[in-house]
Amino acid sequence: MIQQYLKSVSRRKAISIFGATAISMALPWQAHATVDAVAARINEITGGANVIDDLISLDMPDIAENGNQVNLSFEVDSPMTADNYVKSVYVFADGNPDSDVAVFNFTPAMGACYATTRMRLSKTQNVYVLAALNDGSFAKAEATVKVTIGGCGG
Amino acid sequence: MTDVKPRVRVPKTAEVDEIIEIKTLIRHPMHSGRVIDGDGNTIPRQIITSFEAKFNGDTIFSVEIKPSVSANPFITFPFKVTEAGTFEFIWTEDTGEVFNLSKKMKVE
Repeated sequence: MIQQYLKSVSRRKAISIFGATAISMALPWQAHATVDAVAARINEITGGANVIDDLISLDMPDIAENGNQVNLSFEVDSPMTADNYVKSVYVFADGNPDSDVAVFNFTPAMGACYATTRMRLSKTQNVYVLAALNDGSFAKAEATVKVTIGGCGG
Repeated sequence: MTDVKPRVRVPKTAEVDEIIEIKTLIRHPMHSGRVIDGDGNTIPRQIITSFEAKFNGDTIFSVEIKPSVSANPFITFPFKVTEAGTFEFIWTEDTGEVFNLSKKMKVE
């Protein structure tokens, strides 16, 4: 069985596999963020305030074949009026070298609160979206993304 | 060094109260400073750190960007049309370099 598998792997591919392994082993200093680190960041922003779990719909793939380009799309249910709007949306990833991904700053002039971008995921991990509303309240959503090939140069 | 090139798609005309979608892309490597090239040298960090969208001089949307955002940062967002005017899009690199693009929009 193993013999058959080895035969099916071309010489070039075998070299590239060993090469990739060697590079990833050569980078033990690549520390990653943790679930606790993200929880601490969220706590730092909210100041311990209550965070509700609905309001945000977060759209990410369940499985990302390429961690270099993972679609991130979120929408916060908000009227986006001068009295009631979303100020900022923070994005965190608990398995990347840095847990902070991006901060989106919204204004009532946008009329709706959504955005899309593409992000890197170095391995299978959770992505968190935290929305800060103008009245001082917060909402969050999270998603787990399985990553086949990591996207942080590792 | 690859050329950094911004691109934006905004409707040329829109109706008042319509919520349009603005699509932005900047061709940029987003070197995180963690990747090692074929010769064993670390590729120096070079990232876009912020993006800002203005309409008739007022900031309508901005993003603080970290290396976890993919190469060629692509961002889409909504905007509610109130009047005709000019959008200005500004990307800032960690080197301090700034890239600009502006787009006009008419109202029907």
